[in-house]
Amino acid sequence: MSTTWTLTKMRMRLAVRNRAFFFFSLFMPFLFLFGAVIFFAKGSGGWIAYILGVILTLTVMGSFWGLSVQLVTFREHGVLRRFRLAPVSASAMLASSIISNYFLTLPIVVIEIIVCRYAFHLRSWGNLWGIFVLVTLGSAAFAAFGLTIASVTNTMQETQMINNLIWMGFLFLSGATIPLAFFPGWLQRVALFIPATYLATGLEFSATNQAGLTEIVTDLVALAIGLWLAFEVSRQLFRWEPEAKAPRRAKLWAVAALVPFIVFGIWENYTGTRLKEMNQNYHALSSEMAGFLPTRK
Amino acid sequence: MGNAIIQVVDLYKNYGAVQAVCGVSFSVEAGEVFGLLGPNGAGKTSTVEILEGLRTLDSGSVRVCGLDPQKSGNEFKQNVGAVLQSTSLPDKLRVKEAIELFANFYERRADTDKLLKQFQLEEKQSAFYNHLSGGQEQRLALATALVNDPQVVFLDEPTAGLDPQVRREIYDIIEQLRREKKTVLLTTHYIEEAERLCDRVAIVDHGKVIAIGTPRELKHNAAGTTRIEVRLARPLVNGVLSHLEGVADSREFDGTYVLHSVQPPQTIVALVKQLQQDNNELQSLEMFSPSLEDVFIELTGRRLRE
Repeated sequence: MSTTWTLTKMRMRLAVRNRAFFFFSLFMPFLFLFGAVIFFAKGSGGWIAYILGVILTLTVMGSFWGLSVQLVTFREHGVLRRFRLAPVSASAMLASSIISNYFLTLPIVVIEIIVCRYAFHLRSWGNLWGIFVLVTLGSAAFAAFGLTIASVTNTMQETQMINNLIWMGFLFLSGATIPLAFFPGWLQRVALFIPATYLATGLEFSATNQAGLTEIVTDLVALAIGLWLAFEVSRQLFRWEPEAKAPRRAKLWAVAALVPFIVFGIWENYTGTRLKEMNQNYHALSSEMAGFLPTRK
Repeated sequence: MGNAIIQVVDLYKNYGAVQAVCGVSFSVEAGEVFGLLGPNGAGKTSTVEILEGLRTLDSGSVRVCGLDPQKSGNEFKQNVGAVLQSTSLPDKLRVKEAIELFANFYERRADTDKLLKQFQLEEKQSAFYNHLSGGQEQRLALATALVNDPQVVFLDEPTAGLDPQVRREIYDIIEQLRREKKTVLLTTHYIEEAERLCDRVAIVDHGKVIAIGTPRELKHNAAGTTRIEVRLARPLVNGVLSHLEGVADSREFDGTYVLHSVQPPQTIVALVKQLQQDNNELQSLEMFSPSLEDVFIELTGRRLRE
């Protein structure tokens, strides 16, 4: 445990010395927040809560990108092989990435909520416990997804290509940027298989409806199982050496991390509850902002 | 070997069709500085990385401090330190932080400030890793290898690519390790490094140990020839020098005649007589004791860095 904590402190130090961290983790979400509030919310408290959900989702999902790139960089530059000589395990290397990322994400999330509440007149705090648990599990799960990608790719180029593809799905098919209510029914059903949907809708419900923990339990369970599977896959496939290549079947193992989302996707498609609540929530907000945003009947 | 701390027996390692290590055996005693000397691609790094636990072996056995590097995990790592041939640290890690970071992984920890002083890194202790020169990076690599006060230190080509000044600084550090009775396994392709630093040397070529012993023994057991290099006022007829007394071999490189003699005084007297007879003049004459390079050439027919 002390090894993991030692590595966690190192990673936090390295992150705050990196300008890219401040740009992507602080500047970008706040730019998006200010832009969205100015152009879409137009002073509507309900919409500010919705936008807060979106911003929190983007902030938390950002864990996916940074950690995979960092792990591949460390491997390619021979940093990992130096750590391998020391009494450091793959679990400690991976866990320290996830924990340090969480400690760096949490203050940004707090600032985003405070800015929305006091600068943009957010009506209520929402379900803060729900937000806290979702941010915790979401940050760890998306970090673990990123580490899984790093464990099954062989070069930085390949990592960035796969990251981009997955990131696009996370960004545009989960409700994180474009509300799912905009999508045709069949695409909404597809979105239920995407991990980011559970984070985005969970945070949306927590921020706008003050949904209790029990109402977001599906999201929490899906993210928790996804985190566990992704961590285990990346631990099993962890490579210290720059020249060690991932076998082809390793990429199939990465799919294992998606199993809970496939199971919950089938379940949610069967019950239809999530889509119904999500559409209702969006239409309620749209009527509050009648004339500003398109609605889908 | 009664007190062997490193034992390698009939070690084999292949990479696909390439045989990197073919039946290497040697042992290193506690407190000894042992060198693996050979050209690039001889199998030195593969051997040492198997001993460090970084690579698996195909067959044979290795023991370091009585432990199997592959199976002993943390117990093994607590007892060894290593400088890898190719490695790095995060760019934005400061020098002192790097030493403290690695020290925190071990049960036995050397004093950080003492290491900074020992490796002349005090002035650079707040510098980021990516702002260090090659020599400073290597000194930091040595410092982090010693943070756990290890029994055994592996140094894989620790001076490769460094300028002579920095190389001498690293030599001083290795000599200090010898005084501290550390066991050091050093790989190198620098002859002077092996001769100056190592108590014993194993000459490695094509994955095999072709000779092993102290540098003095190796040179003595080889032909024992002295190299005499002469420059003359006028060229000689081919083959004249090879018939001089004591000459085992003679060649000409860019106007310099290189003689390998088993009886240097007699060879020089015969050379002077021959020159007088040919009405030629001696412009310069240099004598060299046999080196490990000569041993390597005799054993393999090639220069070490060909």
